[in-house]
Amino acid sequence: MSYIENILSTSVSLLKGMKMTGYYFSHPKEIYTRQYPENRKTLKLPERFRAELTMPHDEFNRHRCSGCTACEIACPNGTIKVLTYMETTPDNKKKKRLDTFIYRLSMCTFCNLCVDSCPSDAIKFNQHFEHSVTERKQLTKVLNRQGSTVTDELK
Amino acid sequence: MEQVQNIVSDRELQGSNLQTQEYFINVGPQHPSTHGVLHLKIKLDGEIIEDVDPILGYIHRSVEKMCEKLSYRQIIPITSRMDYLSAHINNQAVALAVEKAMAVEVPPRARAIRILMAELTRIGSHQLWWGVMGMDLGALTPFFWGFRDREMITEMFEETCGTRLTMNYIIPGGVATDVHPDFIGKVKNYIRHLRKKLPEYDEILTGNRIFIERTRGVGYLSPEEAVSFGCTGPTARGSGVSCDIRKWHSYDGYDKLDFNEVLFNEGDNLARYKVRIKEIWESLRIIEQVVENFPEGEVMGKMKKVIKLPKGEFYQRVETARGELGVYIVSDGGNTPYRIKFRSPNFSNLSVLKKIVVGSKIADMVATMSTLDLVIPDIDR
Repeated sequence: MSYIENILSTSVSLLKGMKMTGYYFSHPKEIYTRQYPENRKTLKLPERFRAELTMPHDEFNRHRCSGCTACEIACPNGTIKVLTYMETTPDNKKKKRLDTFIYRLSMCTFCNLCVDSCPSDAIKFNQHFEHSVTERKQLTKVLNRQGSTVTDELK
Repeated sequence: MEQVQNIVSDRELQGSNLQTQEYFINVGPQHPSTHGVLHLKIKLDGEIIEDVDPILGYIHRSVEKMCEKLSYRQIIPITSRMDYLSAHINNQAVALAVEKAMAVEVPPRARAIRILMAELTRIGSHQLWWGVMGMDLGALTPFFWGFRDREMITEMFEETCGTRLTMNYIIPGGVATDVHPDFIGKVKNYIRHLRKKLPEYDEILTGNRIFIERTRGVGYLSPEEAVSFGCTGPTARGSGVSCDIRKWHSYDGYDKLDFNEVLFNEGDNLARYKVRIKEIWESLRIIEQVVENFPEGEVMGKMKKVIKLPKGEFYQRVETARGELGVYIVSDGGNTPYRIKFRSPNFSNLSVLKKIVVGSKIADMVATMSTLDLVIPDIDR
C-alpha cells in the first residue's frame, strides 16, 4: 500500500469512528449514565440483591431465631457467631435460646449460604449497600435487638 | 532478536559513538495495563524487549488449600473469586464435578438456565475485554461502550442471582433459585439490543486503521507453540487450534445446540481479537436457541443436604471465557475434598507471553497482553 493510500484509508476509518461519536453526541437519549449520589432517593435495587444481613423483628420485638447455629456452620469464613443460653420452660424442659447474634460485615462475602441454611427464616439480606463507616469496629454488628424474644411458634 | 541486531548495525553504519546498554523495567504489580496485580520484569534494549519474566503470587489466596477445609457447597462461592469475569462458569465446573461423582441428574430447566448464564457471562467478559483492549491501545470510547452493554448483563444477574460479580448461583444439583420472572423478557430484549450495537463495535474499533496496524502481524503465536504451552480458549483458537470444550467434551446439553467453533489461522493479535468478537455472535445464537424452548419445571435435582462424594478421583472441564478450566477432585469419602486442583486457563495463557513478545516493542507487549485476556486472580488462585 502506498503512502498516500495509507493516509487516505486511515482518514476514512477515523471519519467512520467520528461518525459514530457524532451519532451519540446528537442522540442524548442513548446515553446510559446515571448520577449516583444524586439519584439515591430513586435508586431501587432488586429484591434479591444481597447487601447486609439483618434479622427482621415484628412489632412486639420478636425475632424468629431459635439459636440452632445452622448459619454459623454454613458460613464459609466465620462471619457469624451465635451465642446461646439454656432456658427452663414452665413445663420443666430445657430449651436453647438466642443470646447474641454477632455478624461481622467486614468478613462477609455475601454468598447467601446462611440464609439458605436457616430452618426458620430468621435472617435475610437487605438492600442497603453503602457500608462505609469511620471505624472498623462499627462493622461488627449485633443483629438481635435489645430485649427481644423469640416468636411464640418457636418457643 | 533480528530487529535488535538491525538497529545495532544501523548505528554502526552511522558511525555513532553512543554506547547502548540493556536495562530492566518493572511493569506492575500496580499498573493499569497488566489488568491486575501481575509483576513483569522486562529486559529492554532501547524499546525492544529482550526478556520477560512474569512474577506471580501477589494475589495468591491458597484457594485450593482453603477448599480442603470447606464442604462442597461452600467451595462454590470461593471459585467465583478465581476468574471473576467468568464466575458463573467457574461455579458450573465444580457443580458438574460434584454431580458427576454423585451421579445426580440435573433437571432440564436448570441446565437451560446454566447455559443462559454461562453464555451471558461469556458475552459480558468479552465486552469488558473489548473495552479494555481499546483502552490499552489508546482508544477510550470502546471502554465506555463495552461497559454500557455489559451493565445490562450485570443488572440481569443482579436481579436473578443477587450479586453482580461473584454469583454463587450454579450449585451442585442445579441452580440456587429459579430465574426472576422478568429475566427471559430482559434476555430477549438484550439480544435485540446487542444485535444492533455489535456492528458499531466493528465500526469504531475493528475497522480503525490505527488499530489494525497495531494488531496485525503483532504477537504471532504458532499453533504448535499454542499446543505445547497448553493455551486454550480464544488464545489458541486465534492460532487455528480447535479446543472448544463445549464442542469436544460437551456438558449441560451444549451438544443439542447449533453453534460454531470460531477459528482463525493467522495467530496474531488481530486474529485473537476477531475470535472474541465472533464468539459474542455465537453466544447470542446459543442464547436465542435456549430462550426459544425454555423448559418448565424444577431447578434443583435430588440432592442430599450434606454432600458426600464417594471415594475416588473426579475430573470435569468447562470452557470459560478464557479457555479450559479443569476441576480435579480427590475424595476420601468425606464431606470435604481430600485434594482439589484447578487447572486454570490464564496460567497457561500467561506462560506463552515470553515466547510471543520477545523481539517486539514494549507498546506491542501491552497489546499482546490485552489479547491474551489475562485475569490475574485466576493465575495465582
